[in-house]
Amino acid sequence: MEHIEKQETQAIIEIKNLKKVFKVKDGQVNALDDINLKIGQGEIYGIIGMSGAGKSTLVRCINLLEKPTSGQVFIDKKDISAIEEKELRTVRYSLGMIFQQFNLLSQRTAEQNILFPLEIAGVDKETAKKRTAELLSLVGLADKAKAYPSQLSGGQKQRIAIARALANNPKILLCDEATSALDPSTTKAILKLLKEINEKLGITIVIITHEMSVVEEICTHVAIIDKSHIAEEGTVEEVFRNPQTEIARKMILPERDDVQTDLADQAYRLVFDEHSSSEAVIAKMVVETKCLVNILHAELQNIEGVSYGQMVVQFGDDDRGRDKAISYLKANQILVEEVK
Amino acid sequence: MWDPTMTPLIIKGIFETLYMTLASTFLAYVLGIPMGILLVTSEEGGIKPFKALNLLLNIVVNITRSIPFLILLIAVIPFTRLITGTSIGSTATIVPLVLAAAPFIARLVESSLKEVDQGIVEASLSMGASPMQIVTKVLIPEAKPSLLMGAAIAVTTILGYSAMAGIVGGGGLGDIAIRFGYYRYETGVMIVTVVLLVIIVQFFQEVGMRIAQKSDKRK
Repeated sequence: MEHIEKQETQAIIEIKNLKKVFKVKDGQVNALDDINLKIGQGEIYGIIGMSGAGKSTLVRCINLLEKPTSGQVFIDKKDISAIEEKELRTVRYSLGMIFQQFNLLSQRTAEQNILFPLEIAGVDKETAKKRTAELLSLVGLADKAKAYPSQLSGGQKQRIAIARALANNPKILLCDEATSALDPSTTKAILKLLKEINEKLGITIVIITHEMSVVEEICTHVAIIDKSHIAEEGTVEEVFRNPQTEIARKMILPERDDVQTDLADQAYRLVFDEHSSSEAVIAKMVVETKCLVNILHAELQNIEGVSYGQMVVQFGDDDRGRDKAISYLKANQILVEEVK
Repeated sequence: MWDPTMTPLIIKGIFETLYMTLASTFLAYVLGIPMGILLVTSEEGGIKPFKALNLLLNIVVNITRSIPFLILLIAVIPFTRLITGTSIGSTATIVPLVLAAAPFIARLVESSLKEVDQGIVEASLSMGASPMQIVTKVLIPEAKPSLLMGAAIAVTTILGYSAMAGIVGGGGLGDIAIRFGYYRYETGVMIVTVVLLVIIVQFFQEVGMRIAQKSDKRK
């Protein structure tokens, strides 16, 4: 079996007993706890979880954009959680990263954006210019060299971001929800490009996503992260064939069963602001409208008696009940919008 | 009704006003830009947090900003004398103008830099950019349109302040307006100086906004 061989390859990223605690107003939040991961050279490693599970924090711990509260991060056997800021910067040249919102410099052209990391690393102008041209054609946008990000589509922006992340020949490419802001066909094209990069250049890719389809499409390995812990990990094959945990089944099965995903799974985002009542609106809504609600995600903060924040919910499968519930929420000054 | 001997005086006033305004703006930016940058970078969650420095800067900026310009103008006369050797005339006025405008500009710069998308800063950090590189290659270039807009506001505000310096014989159009228009009831002179000030303000405002808009690549 192929995956057994792969597990024996060198771990290029190794995370040991990682813990990340965020201090918040009243106390602490464990964003990550007891994380142990080994990612092998040349793998496309998916890290999947619901919103708020801690996956974005985890990927930021790999390049230390977030400092772990405790634990270690090894890149190529080197403990980068223990090194000086200056040395860390050099390590980061070999860790490319792309983002959901692309994060291109808006006042620079596509070409200048790709030049940017080369300038940072102090690469001489001649070499940098050549490298930029290579990368532009690698991502298929040689004709857009002089375009500003505002003149590019989402997919094109992500291609430029990929080219930029590859500029300093990284060993690893970190992708934080890199396709979440893109439409399905663009997503496919970007994933295909990532796969090509992995095969052609041998770069290890770590993909953070909330979409199982992304994992299915290109990942070799997957870790499912739930409530700050790794619930399950292994090759995509193994995990898909025989999910061991509840959360793994939940993440895999709905996608497998397309019929069920229609209306009942439509999620809504509720936004609470200073106009919203601080009372138990959701509970009252359930009582008044008799519509059941499934809270997928919530981040609310109570500041001086007013709730701020957002919640992602699904309503029971009865359309009438759902409509009633939505109008009840709207009447209570809560912004309701469909997700996806 | 217009006294022709006034004309050269007015022309001299225009030049003095421009001189005071532009020189003070320039010097106030020399002080204000580093202050604004430090306010952003040293704050909690900034790219180089430094709590004590941030607190100190905020205190200095807030105190200077809350002193009315007219009071500041008079209060710093000994200091002005120390630097320029005199407390009257356009050059002397530059001293209090710079002192009053620098913290104001620091705030303008701070708010422009804060508009820069944090995601871009994060991306730059992920590429291994140093704090200095982030300031020079990310924050300032990305905030350029907003900084230029701020500069237009700064120039016009300083111009307004410079007119106030007329009270202590600071020279410029404000001085003429006070001496002739106010003390001698020469309404004609008053109107002319006010109209000229309005025109100059409009000019800087308009030019500043145009340059800012033209430099913005986001649209």
